[in-house]
Amino acid sequence: MNISPRTDGITAGRLTEDELAQNFSDLHPPLDKHEAHVAADRCYFCHDAPCMTACPTSIDIPLFIRQIATGTPEAAAKTIFDQNILGGMCARVCPTETLCEEVCVREIAEGKPVEIGRLQRYATDRLMAQNTHPFERAAPTGKRIAVVGAGPAGLSCAHRLAMKGHEVVILDARPKPGGLNEYGIASYKSTENFAQAEVDWLLRIGGITIEPGTALGRDVTLEALSSRFDAVFIGMGLNGVNALATPGEGLANARDAVDFIADLRQAEDLQSQPVGRNVVVIGGGMTAIDAAVQSRLLGAETVTVAYRRGQDRMAASVYEQHLATASGVRILANVQPVALHGNDALEAVEFEYTRDVDGRLTGTGETIRVPADQCLRAIGQTLAGAPEPLDLSGGKIAVTGAGRTSLPGVWAGGDCATGGDDLTVTAVAEGRDAAEDIHTTLMGEG
Amino acid sequence: MADLTTTFLGITSPNPFWLASAPPTDKEYNVRRAFDAGWGGVVWKTLGEAGPPVVNVNGPRYGAIWGADRRLLGMNNIELITDRDLHTNLEEMTRVKRDYPEHALIASIMVPCEEEAWKSILPLVEQTGADGIELNFGCPHGMSERGMGAAVGQVPEYIQMVAEWCKKYYSKPVIVKLTPNITDIRKPATAAKMGGADAVSLINTINSITHVDLDLMAPEPTIDGKGSHGGYCGPAVKPIALSMVSEIARNNETRGLPISGIGGITTWRDAAEFMALGCGNVQVCTAAMTYGFKVVQEMISGLSQWMDEKGYRSTEDFIGMAVPNVTDWQHLNLNYVTKARIDQDACIGCGRCYAACEDTSHQAIAMSAEREFTVIDEECVACNLCVNVCPVEECITMVELDKGSIDPRTGETVRDYANWTTHPNNPAAVPAAE
Repeated sequence: MNISPRTDGITAGRLTEDELAQNFSDLHPPLDKHEAHVAADRCYFCHDAPCMTACPTSIDIPLFIRQIATGTPEAAAKTIFDQNILGGMCARVCPTETLCEEVCVREIAEGKPVEIGRLQRYATDRLMAQNTHPFERAAPTGKRIAVVGAGPAGLSCAHRLAMKGHEVVILDARPKPGGLNEYGIASYKSTENFAQAEVDWLLRIGGITIEPGTALGRDVTLEALSSRFDAVFIGMGLNGVNALATPGEGLANARDAVDFIADLRQAEDLQSQPVGRNVVVIGGGMTAIDAAVQSRLLGAETVTVAYRRGQDRMAASVYEQHLATASGVRILANVQPVALHGNDALEAVEFEYTRDVDGRLTGTGETIRVPADQCLRAIGQTLAGAPEPLDLSGGKIAVTGAGRTSLPGVWAGGDCATGGDDLTVTAVAEGRDAAEDIHTTLMGEG
Repeated sequence: MADLTTTFLGITSPNPFWLASAPPTDKEYNVRRAFDAGWGGVVWKTLGEAGPPVVNVNGPRYGAIWGADRRLLGMNNIELITDRDLHTNLEEMTRVKRDYPEHALIASIMVPCEEEAWKSILPLVEQTGADGIELNFGCPHGMSERGMGAAVGQVPEYIQMVAEWCKKYYSKPVIVKLTPNITDIRKPATAAKMGGADAVSLINTINSITHVDLDLMAPEPTIDGKGSHGGYCGPAVKPIALSMVSEIARNNETRGLPISGIGGITTWRDAAEFMALGCGNVQVCTAAMTYGFKVVQEMISGLSQWMDEKGYRSTEDFIGMAVPNVTDWQHLNLNYVTKARIDQDACIGCGRCYAACEDTSHQAIAMSAEREFTVIDEECVACNLCVNVCPVEECITMVELDKGSIDPRTGETVRDYANWTTHPNNPAAVPAAE
């Protein structure tokens, strides 16, 4: 029997190998040299540039674009990496439409910003393709620092510390380093195993050891780390997910969107990745969009993103919403899940329409049943098993200044810490800044 | 629609757009297609003496500089005059002129600075039926090393002498093409006039090296590791050409001498500017070499539309109109006071005006925390740099202060016209008339 998008239930191989390869190719193909030069020429080299201010890592964007325009993309890449060692991944996953490109004066003038993200990718790709590393380590300091989590925050922190001459050990719960770069980003944003290539390239700085499969709390305690190392940085991300707390959640075929995305990223063969005929994704953030779009790309016949508030309140950017709708995803706003229906397997998700009453989400009593043989939950992640005895705030590790926790000698950054907006680029900035603070603190003591 | 028919030295062409003597006009095939495409006239690629023709390099003969999106802004060449046999060229010219009697056909000539050489070639050219000749005293490369081209154009006495020979042995109009590779363009133009030339055409190309290959450490275009200067042309040379044209147009000795304008003419507007400065027509090369013959269609439609809008019925109506407004610095009105004004609605907040003024000019633009840029009249000298660097057209403009108002920068009242010649700071000032 032929399997197609119209095949009921959850099944793999809805599309041919060629169709899948086409669907999961680079969302934004790299610029070639001429395209990059034309794009770079559009930059006005603004004074005190708004794009630079909007970048959480404060990359000198006008300078790097000018370096591209004058034929030195490697120098441009160095400008980027000086501020953001994961500039390669950020070029792929940053929501530039709400950061640098949103404030580009050409966006204001013409509605067409300079393509900063793609230019950043052009520059970083060029330098990384040279297979060299542009930074050198300072003389050894003799200090050892533990970094918990090999995601964007941890990697950024570790690299900056290593550059300063410290020895760094990164502990990561997963088998592979990279954190969300490796497990949490839509496949079409990080093609050709870029996340691992980037980690390998970053580690060329030297002085960094990664211990995979080691989780804080499960395999090692914060107390032990604090005693074995001169400082600890925690960038463990958010390891828990919120539950729906609705009847039927335990039905087969209802799962967390982050797991769906991670499986997809780790898949050797996209044809082996199962997806429902009718998929319902619950949530309104980037994870919901990534899961929904990829469900479509895998061959789901219908995909619905259901969000409890108005569409304008979605955490996913307007650009991401357009990407979803252009991929054939339906966005159903102002609905909250009431129940998941089905016998053994899921058959439909029932929602109640909502409205905003004085800022409070209120059910209207009217319901709708959306046929679904697969339901993906993307209603937020949480910090599970926060390490004792750190103070928490709003469920995250409370930090002040450059990531200082309530415990001396322990810093934190990225999604697991307060502040920031859970973006890769923010995590990079926080890891970098914590590293600078750790360095100053440790060397001041010496 | 405006009539573009232009008569230059008695030679009528359907429009003032001629192709300059250059690679596009090297042979019958090109010239026929050029006329068919709409060009009003052609100056045939320069003819040399009878006998074995010149040879060209067999490596690259052009170099270029580019702007955004590889837009060609300037080009240079080390090509010589026609490398085809004289008689072949003459036969082709005869056929083309016969078939295109309404179009202008001019023969460009470059032979040694000897009377015999000119005496022998001119009757041959006369027989083709060409409407006139243009003396190539401009090529700055190759031929100049052999005492021709710019080597002649740089010596006014030679220009006069050859022009006299040409008037003696040729009955139709003689145009002298001038080289810009001199210090004062008025001198060779005066010499041409003294020699009896009917017109001058300018500019020929400018000595140039477009690039240095930093791997080969050699100028481009590079021939087997070496390079020689070429002749520069294209949009980049237009300002130089406009200035030289204006100098001849307003110079006492040369005023009224017909001019055929050449130098980076790429659009109808460029052509109109040359003609406003006194050119009876224009010659184009680089634009055709960049975009092909079809580019003339835009020039024709653009000039027609502009003339209609302005109410000009013939090109005669506006030729030379800007000449009286070209003057010496010393006659500029020092009591003309303007201030930059930034249109806040048009401003996109790039801050280039601020950086330029703050770093390199008069610190006359203020920047607020909200990126609002405003002009400080007390500091603004109206230099226009902010206007020039602003990426938004018409966002920054220069506004004239009314007479009788106070210039906040100097504290002085804006008065009537007065220039440097009467200024108290001028040691050579003459007292203003009572």
